[in-house]
Amino acid sequence: MESKRKAVKSPQNPPARAFPHKHLLGIEGLSPQEIQILLDLADSYVEQNRAENKKTDLLRGRTLINLFFENSTRTRTSFELAGKRLGGDTINMAVSTSSIKKGETLIDTAMTLNAMHPDILCVRHPHSGAVQLLAEKVNCSVVNGGDGTHEHPTQALLDAQTIRRRYGKIEGLSVAISGDVLHSRVARSNMCLLTTMGAKVRLVAPPTLLPTDVERYGVDIFHNLEDGISGCDIVMMLRLQTERMQGMYVPSIREYFRFYGLTKEKLNAANPDALVMHPGPMNRGVEIDSELADDIDRSLIREQVEMGVAVRMAVFEVLTRNKLNKAQ
Amino acid sequence: MSLGPTIYFNVRLLDPATGLDSIGALLTQDGIVVDYGPGLDKNSLPSKARMIDCTGLCLSPGFIDIRVHLREPGEEYKETIETAGQAAATGGVTAMVCLPNTQPPVDDVSVVEFIARRAREAKLVKVYTYGTVTRATEGEQLTEMGLLSEAGAVAFTDGTKAISNAMVMSRALSYASGFGLIIVQHPEEPFLAKDGVMNESEISTRLGLPGIPTAAEAIMLERDIRLVEMTGGRYHAAHISTADGVAIVRAAKNRGLSITCDTAPHYFALNENAIGDYRSFAKLSPPLRSEDDRLAVVSALADGTIDIIASDHSPQDQESKRLPFIQAECGAIGLETLLPLTLELVHNGELSLLAALEKITSKPATLFNLPGGKLQRGAPADIVLFDPNKPWVLREENFSSKSKNSPYDGRPVQGIVHETIVDGRSVFKFAP
Repeated sequence: MESKRKAVKSPQNPPARAFPHKHLLGIEGLSPQEIQILLDLADSYVEQNRAENKKTDLLRGRTLINLFFENSTRTRTSFELAGKRLGGDTINMAVSTSSIKKGETLIDTAMTLNAMHPDILCVRHPHSGAVQLLAEKVNCSVVNGGDGTHEHPTQALLDAQTIRRRYGKIEGLSVAISGDVLHSRVARSNMCLLTTMGAKVRLVAPPTLLPTDVERYGVDIFHNLEDGISGCDIVMMLRLQTERMQGMYVPSIREYFRFYGLTKEKLNAANPDALVMHPGPMNRGVEIDSELADDIDRSLIREQVEMGVAVRMAVFEVLTRNKLNKAQ
Repeated sequence: MSLGPTIYFNVRLLDPATGLDSIGALLTQDGIVVDYGPGLDKNSLPSKARMIDCTGLCLSPGFIDIRVHLREPGEEYKETIETAGQAAATGGVTAMVCLPNTQPPVDDVSVVEFIARRAREAKLVKVYTYGTVTRATEGEQLTEMGLLSEAGAVAFTDGTKAISNAMVMSRALSYASGFGLIIVQHPEEPFLAKDGVMNESEISTRLGLPGIPTAAEAIMLERDIRLVEMTGGRYHAAHISTADGVAIVRAAKNRGLSITCDTAPHYFALNENAIGDYRSFAKLSPPLRSEDDRLAVVSALADGTIDIIASDHSPQDQESKRLPFIQAECGAIGLETLLPLTLELVHNGELSLLAALEKITSKPATLFNLPGGKLQRGAPADIVLFDPNKPWVLREENFSSKSKNSPYDGRPVQGIVHETIVDGRSVFKFAP
């Protein structure tokens, strides 16, 4: 299986020039070609992950640290698995419960980590921009595992990967992103990636859950779900956080589900073969109807999880190769 | 029950929506306006029709009152949907929008449905309702505006309470805009108005009553207008009472913002002098203002800054009003006095008859997206016949409303409703 993967993409590729970044902090700033490289590479890892022997030794001898300031079992596991399958030494640090409580600042944490000489840091942080600040203070590569309401680049890449494998393309597709866009880093990264790759993006949300001037991303805005998904190929639902439901953003769960919850009936407004995505974890009966979430013909939710590992492996590979190429 | 053809002829047809003002006839059948116009040929009309000679009378679309306290559910001893319906019919009002400050408040679909059911049972005039903007009008959590609107709520307001938290107001405007709904504000800064019972002026000083400054209205309007700019929401200011308020709305409208407003007859027919020696019937919210404010309200009605005249019908029982001025409840009944007081503007030469009628027919219908408010073939026959010149005196004992709290008792007026017709049915007929 290793040889098959190499046949798709040789270990000498991609050259450093093709993906010249030290870090992956966001989708913003990536060119269509750079995104393409990551997706092509991820494709080959999908095959590898489905094979019996899932491991390679590309990251042998390298140290990857998952530095999560926010709880997230599934993303952390996905990063961990990606690192391990490439043969790296992966460790997890849940910072929220230890150093921070003792008064250590983010910069202190960076300095401490730097002294341990990791090769890649995968960081999730509740504050926008914190991952970038960390990246400025460490010597290794940093992958943004989600910072505040800013970006979640590997989620957008895995979403794009899922879409591309189903439709064979991203360009020209019509994608509706529906739900709590205001608080969603997934939405921001996806808006950037999908528009960069030539998809037509629509946002569907109550006005209270849309960021100011969001139309400047080159997206169309809708406040009615059926209108918003009309004629769409993909309907990407976002998680509504329960603390938003009471009062100030959205009056109640039942009102939200009535007007913005996706059901099989409402999905009829989209293209006949439209597919549904969700970054998870889902609030069943809030943003999506359970029946639809579990419908394997319409829902890509499980496939998204699978693509997550492959995409993160691809990200680790390009960042490591950059380092290798520079060393040479 | 089928309603046979009825012809109202020799009548002055008035339709502010189209500018029609001409002697003619109107034919209704089965509750619908079949035809109308100055040239309606009697010979082409059904021969078995009931013929009603309306010489000397005007016929206009039924009045639409967007600000009525029904007091039901919760305070049925002050007014019920049925008694308010009778008062409305007496006043020529064929459709009213009731405020949500009931007990319980209209913050749940079940209350909207209750009001609709009681209105159907009363079978008088058409009853619509507002939903509250915040739960229990506490000013904190938004109500289920989408579901309430689906159930029939036509717009949203916390009624007699201002939405004081700027973030809540901003979210309300923003959320409602997703459904194209209007937020109606009681524009009064609550901390400035907190202990006040009348206009802050030389008179309040003399009477020793705590005053509410006109700035309370201006400050809230200025703030809300900023929020409208920020959110793009639809905003309606209720019962504007001050010269400053009028100027602020005028400036905002000139800037093209989606802002409308109304006033109540009290604010153009009375001033703070009506309080006299502590007459609690003249205790209103917002309070009666100075003569300068009253004149500014009249000018704003004339130049279109104020879009709508609403009665602000607020029935209060004796126990709520016969108290020391400070302790008495605010409010005056208004459904039955809406027409004669509005016509005062016409008789004083301040507004044309059509312009005055526009503020109680087509404007409220258009702005609140309600059916009616104009003469239309095929539309339900919601019409009113009135004599615009008949002099009479407003008397407490003649009011149909369950409560009698009117500051106009004994006031000579001109203009009286002769007949109110809803869906072709006569719901009120004047008996001299």
